[in-house]
Parts: sequence; structure tokens; C-alpha cells
Amino acid sequence: MQIEAGRLTADDVKARREADEPHSPVVRFGLDKPLRLDAGVDLRGLQIAYQTYGEPNADRTNAILVCHALTGDQHVANVNPVTGKPGWWETLVGPGKPVDTERFFVICANVLGGCMGTTGPSSTNPATGHPYGLEMPVVTIRDMVNAQAMLLDHLGIERLFCVAGGSMGGMQVLQWAASYPERVFCALPIATAARHSAQNIAFHEVGRQAVMADPDWCGGAYLAQGLAPHRGLAVARMAAHITYMSDQGLHRKFGRRLQDRVLPTFGFDADFQVESYLRHQGESFVQRFDANSYLYVTRAMDYFDLAADYDGVLANAFRASKTRFCVASFTSDWLFTSADSRAIVHALNASGASVSYAEIESDKGHDAFLLEEPVLFDIARGFLDSAARALGLPPARPR
Amino acid sequence: MVHRDRTLDESAVRSQGGRVDLVVVAEMVAPGSRVLDVGSGDGDLLDLLATTRGCDARGIELSREGVNAGVARGLAIVQGDADVDLAHYPDDSFDYVILSQTLQATRRPRWVLEQMLRIGRHAVVSFPNFGHWRSRIDLLIDGRMPVTDNMPYAWYETPNIHFCTIRDFVALVETVDARMERAVALDSSGHRVRVNMPWWVWNLLGEQAVFLLSRK
Repeated sequence: MQIEAGRLTADDVKARREADEPHSPVVRFGLDKPLRLDAGVDLRGLQIAYQTYGEPNADRTNAILVCHALTGDQHVANVNPVTGKPGWWETLVGPGKPVDTERFFVICANVLGGCMGTTGPSSTNPATGHPYGLEMPVVTIRDMVNAQAMLLDHLGIERLFCVAGGSMGGMQVLQWAASYPERVFCALPIATAARHSAQNIAFHEVGRQAVMADPDWCGGAYLAQGLAPHRGLAVARMAAHITYMSDQGLHRKFGRRLQDRVLPTFGFDADFQVESYLRHQGESFVQRFDANSYLYVTRAMDYFDLAADYDGVLANAFRASKTRFCVASFTSDWLFTSADSRAIVHALNASGASVSYAEIESDKGHDAFLLEEPVLFDIARGFLDSAARALGLPPARPR
Repeated sequence: MVHRDRTLDESAVRSQGGRVDLVVVAEMVAPGSRVLDVGSGDGDLLDLLATTRGCDARGIELSREGVNAGVARGLAIVQGDADVDLAHYPDDSFDYVILSQTLQATRRPRWVLEQMLRIGRHAVVSFPNFGHWRSRIDLLIDGRMPVTDNMPYAWYETPNIHFCTIRDFVALVETVDARMERAVALDSSGHRVRVNMPWWVWNLLGEQAVFLLSRK
């Protein structure tokens, strides 16, 4: 298998249409309601694509905002309109699930800089009528959160019952708790960190360089040329995907087994199952994700260092916070390690906030937060149930 | 076996085979206070403190199973190692810091006790008394390390690496210059040893001891 170079495919066109005309609800803010970005510029004509599940209660106090990770989107618990696959967190979110859509009003928005309907580099720039490309200002995790706050204002949600998310979603959870403490009753940051590590910035840089080294990237203006840097983006995804798994997990899943052959070919075809798997991951990713979005969103993660905004003391970010936190990490996650989560927990302890922390045994690496992990579900359910009791929300319907 | 007694009635707990020591600990904690339980297991004491004393009760627990069970019950428990993590808590952040049946399993009991008195205005410590007459007989007559209901492990697999007697603990309290506010010893049937007895009697008859300490 070889990743195809060159022209935009029908899938590309379908995926790119999502950028301006998503399948989900979308709110378009007028040019008079710009979003002030950390980069120091105003983003005008902001649009936010989002999905909701369940119903708000009479007081509108039962809303849970789910924040997605680097390559996720707003389709948490419905069939994805681009891939046709189930929602990315259907294990956790749905009727009777820990994030129970019969009880809670669940909201998820595509992040700022994304490519599924919220303003990002593949969106049409209202000032030019063409896709932004690199004219899109660089965005941060805080910009993403501020955009989500505009969405909540639009939806009439004054205060969230909970903000939940893993990985980059967890960064948004922490930023929410720091920026809008009075709007967050409880917070569930999973497999995340309060700052992106040097190692993780390094991995992101490899991915970006792979994209930018692809001649079809065209200095970021590939859409105007009818091209897409599929080969570079696929390599970026392949490299990143390794970091989402663990050594043991890869070994358990693939070992050194060969792909559809009994002997090696003494060539550079995908002899090993693990190679074939990675190529498949790369190939399917490029059909749904915009290369420039990959640059922007990875950059936002790189810039994330919550303590830096609070005199270098993370505890100051949560000073006097009344938010209840539940932090979780996975033993084999070497991308967002338990040490990263412990640093968050120590800061929360130092600030006097109420915090639970569970380190969950798993060999599935960073990806564990998206997979079937019953211990995570039990913890999330117990945490949300007790927080709901404390807030006076009615108990779950007995099953 | 997990006891989930949510009562401070000692005789009721005793007759049901529950943990009387937890009741004694809970009684020493003022209602409505902020409490940190170090070595909180699966959260029975936290639950008892929250439901019967209205406390803002939080825990630290080393075992993942304990943490998972407790958090799934909706309790605020942090997975961590008391021997290390207590250093991260600020001064005076709790009214009470509790160490229930955990002192003997810490690597640095003195350091842990000092940290408790730094983090909390009060410390409550309960532990099995190695000076209990039955332990002494095991050692003296049989020449074997004692194994009892409170200390159920054989010497080669016990997590309890720092056993002490009631008198040893009283000496440690003096060493760290803490004030002893209250002390209770429970005999092997879970009854309190009479208060007006001298230390050596407590040390002989008390199978478990619970101390309420404060900073001088």
C-alpha cells in the first residue's frame, strides 16, 4: 500500500465541506462579535459547530461539556458523518452510560482550529472568501475554551455541571477550571497534563515537519491548488499513533507477526502487521482530517503551560476553587504520564480544592482513555453521581 | 469483609463485628471539620465521617483497588504514597489528619507524624499495639512473631514494617513535641480499657490504641 499523492479525493471534498457547512448544529457569530485571541488579534466571523445530547433541565444546571482531543470532533456519541464510524466516546457517553444523556445535557464543540465546522484553517475566511490556510491566526487552548464559553452563552448555559475530557480535552478541562471557576461545578480531566512536555512538543514537531515536507502542502495553500499533503499527514499520524500506544500493547496486539505472508520479502513492503496497521491508520486519517488543522491544533497543545499564566505556580491557577476534581491516568501512558497527573493533583491539594485521583492499570497506553476501561467508567460514574447529589440533581433512573 | 456501618453507636458496631476503632476515631473529630484520612483504604472511615459528622473528608490511599473502589463510591480519594505525598500538602490545610491502622506500614513513621501535625491542627492516630499481652506471649513462650486478627500477616509478607507498643508511641509523641489530648485503648473484644489505669496496664490490655494529638 502506498499513500496516494496529489489531487483531492471525493472523500476530501466531503470532509472539507464539513469545515463550512457541518452536519451538526452550528452557531455563527457576527463580524461584530470577534473572539480576542492570545496571539493578540481578533478573529472575526467565528463559527462553532457543536453537538448536543439529552435535554437541559428547567434550571439549566445539568450541562456537561465534553472536550475532544487533538483529532477528535463534536460527534461524541453519534455516527460520524465523515467516517461513518461510531462516536469517539460512545463507551462513556450515552443513555445509561457514566455520562448519562438521560440525565445530563451533554454538549461537545469542535475546537477552534479544527476542521469539522468550527473556524479553522480550512474554513472560508470571510475577509477573502477563500480558505484561511496559514492566514488563520495561531490559537491556544485558552482561545478554544473562550470560544466554548461563547457557545455556552449562546445556548443559555450559565454554569456547567461538569467539564470532562481526555488528553487535549483534559487540557481544556483544566483551562476551564482556571479561567471560569464559577462556571464549573466539577471537572474530570483524564490522561492529561497542565503543560505540554518537551518530549511531546518534539513529537508534534516531527509530525508538522512531515506535513510541511510534503510538496503537496504548497506552503499551506494546498486547497487553492486542489491538492492535499496526504503523504506527509499520514506519516505524521503514523508517528503520533505510536505514542498513543504502549510497548506492551503493541507487542500484545502485533508482536513480530507478518502480514499475509509467511516469510519476509526482503523489501520495504509492509511485511509486519504493525507496519500494515500504521499505514492503515495514516491512510484513513488523511481522509478525514485537514493537514493545516493538524499544524494549528498541535501548536495549541505545545503552547499549553497553565502555570505560566499564574506566576509559574500551578496551584495559583486553582486558588480558592470550589470546583470538585477527579483526575485519572493510565499506568502505561507514556505520553501523558501519571507523573503529569500527579503534578495536577499536588497543585489542587496545595490550593485546597477537592480532588480525587485514580491511576488505572492498563497496557493500552494513552489511547486507554478512549477504549473499554471499566475502572474508568466506574470512577467517572461514582464521581458524577456524588457531584450530582451535592448539587441537588435528581438521581439516575434505576436500571 | 467491608463494614459500612454509618453509626457512632459503639455497642451496635461491636455486636455486628464492625470496626469499633473507626467509631472511636470518628468521635474524636469535631463535626463539620475538614479531614484528611491518610491510608483511607476503600473509604469506610471517610464515608462514616461524611455521613455521621458532616465532615469534608478526603483520603490518600496507596492501593489502586482501594482508590478505585472509594472514588466509585463518590469519595474524594487521591492515589498516592503517604511517605512521599504528604510533603505536597500546605500547612494548616486540614483541621484533622487521620492515620488509621496505617502508622505501622509507613517507612518513616516519625516524618509522617510530623507532617500530619504540620498539615492539620490535630492528628488522630490508631494502631495495633505490639505490647498487647497476647503478642508478648507469642514472643515470650512460643518464640514466634505474633499473628492476630489485627495483625493477620506472617512476618515474611507483612506490610507492617514499623510495629510499636503504646508506650513506644507515647515516647514518639514526646519526641515530636506534640500535645496528647485524648487516648483510648480497645481490648480484644472492642471494649475501651478503663481510663484511670496506668500506661503499663493499657500497654498490656489494649489490642488497639487511638490517640488524638495536637500541635503544642
